[in-house]
Amino acid sequence: MAERSRFDNTLGALLFIGMILALYMAFLQAPRERTMGDLQRIFYFHVPAGIAGLTALAVNFAASVAYLARKDRWWDSLALSAAELGVVFLAMVLVTGPIWAKPVWMVWWTWSPRLTSALVLWMLYVAYLLIRNYIPDPDRCAGISAVFGIVAFIDAPIVWFSIRWWRDIHPSPMLETGGLSPAMRPALWTCTAAFLLMLVYLLRRRLCLELARHDVEMLARRVQLPR
Amino acid sequence: MIRRIWAVFRKDVLIEFRTKDSLNAMLFFGVVVLVVFNFALESVRDTMREAVPGVLWVAFAFSGTLGLNRMFAAEKENRSLQGLLMVPIDRGVLYIGKMLAATLFMLITEAAVFVLSLVFFNLTVWREIPYLAIVFLIGTLGFTAVGTLLAAVAANTRMREVLLPLILFPVILPILVNAVEATGIILNSRDYAALRLPLTIMAVFTVVLATVSYLLFDYVLED
Repeated sequence: MAERSRFDNTLGALLFIGMILALYMAFLQAPRERTMGDLQRIFYFHVPAGIAGLTALAVNFAASVAYLARKDRWWDSLALSAAELGVVFLAMVLVTGPIWAKPVWMVWWTWSPRLTSALVLWMLYVAYLLIRNYIPDPDRCAGISAVFGIVAFIDAPIVWFSIRWWRDIHPSPMLETGGLSPAMRPALWTCTAAFLLMLVYLLRRRLCLELARHDVEMLARRVQLPR
Repeated sequence: MIRRIWAVFRKDVLIEFRTKDSLNAMLFFGVVVLVVFNFALESVRDTMREAVPGVLWVAFAFSGTLGLNRMFAAEKENRSLQGLLMVPIDRGVLYIGKMLAATLFMLITEAAVFVLSLVFFNLTVWREIPYLAIVFLIGTLGFTAVGTLLAAVAANTRMREVLLPLILFPVILPILVNAVEATGIILNSRDYAALRLPLTIMAVFTVVLATVSYLLFDYVLED
């Protein structure tokens, strides 16, 4: 899939419609929250971005394992694309969080378990991208970053459990506890679907770019071009 | 297998004790960190006792990173890594041997830094020493379990010494948090029943990540 296919174009069109729908649902359809007012609407972007980010990191883990098993470039390119998107989506979570927290909690940031582990998770995958940046040999880079991807993903739940006994002021997952008003659910689901679609679309585009980059590198090496 | 691990361990320890390259640096850096923190925390001198666990583990982690950075230095400088990899043993054996050697160096440093901190921060401990030894041992094993793997990862990159702390510290956060907590319990509240939770988390971390590192070490050391 080194080229942009018709499927990608359809996906792009769907994403455009989905995002407009998500904006409509989050800003117009969803009811105004009683105490927080319109501020609460950031929730419809914060949570979906988190879900999309964690999905991307799971993809990175699976692709890293697959790379070590198969030694196929395709898996390595997928792992890299997923890690980059994971960092971007987690950055969205980390930015929207404090914007919401300042008026509600009166502080931008607090070292509660949820916040701390989100930050550490983000740092782990920035470290992953750093490693990739500093290994010139492509094969070695793929193998070593796959190892770090696996370590990071296994470390993440331990980070979460290891600080769980800290007092947490972050709202608990409302879908599990059923605390989310039914009137707000359609907007949340629409936004989540739109964000996941965005993840799939961007992942495909990034993967395509990475494979093309790799092809060019191989060609350049074959004709001995200085890069 | 034990004999092979012992051979790798003995090799690293012998070289280190003869050259004392990294041990000297680790010890001195540990002391430097203590002194720096003494000035950094000048304004809270009255409650220094509360800060000692944190200061200690920062000193251990920093000097430990220094040691880990040198872990593959001897092999790289003498171009003997190739030879070591050609030895017909499992790469996992290499991992365990190197990890145990790094643990020993760190424990030596920790003992010295800890004794100095008693002087600098004016602490008296006797009966707490066995508990502290357990916390230091488990914490250090967890640190080197991942540290050995990540030192090998960093050794492959262009920015070796710079990169290791950047990739190591986010990963070992569970060890740092819980080791500081456990040390704090021993030095301040002395509620030994509360030690169970941090020690369990540290042990789980160590076992899980040591297993993962043991399995993955092979992929990091290819030629």
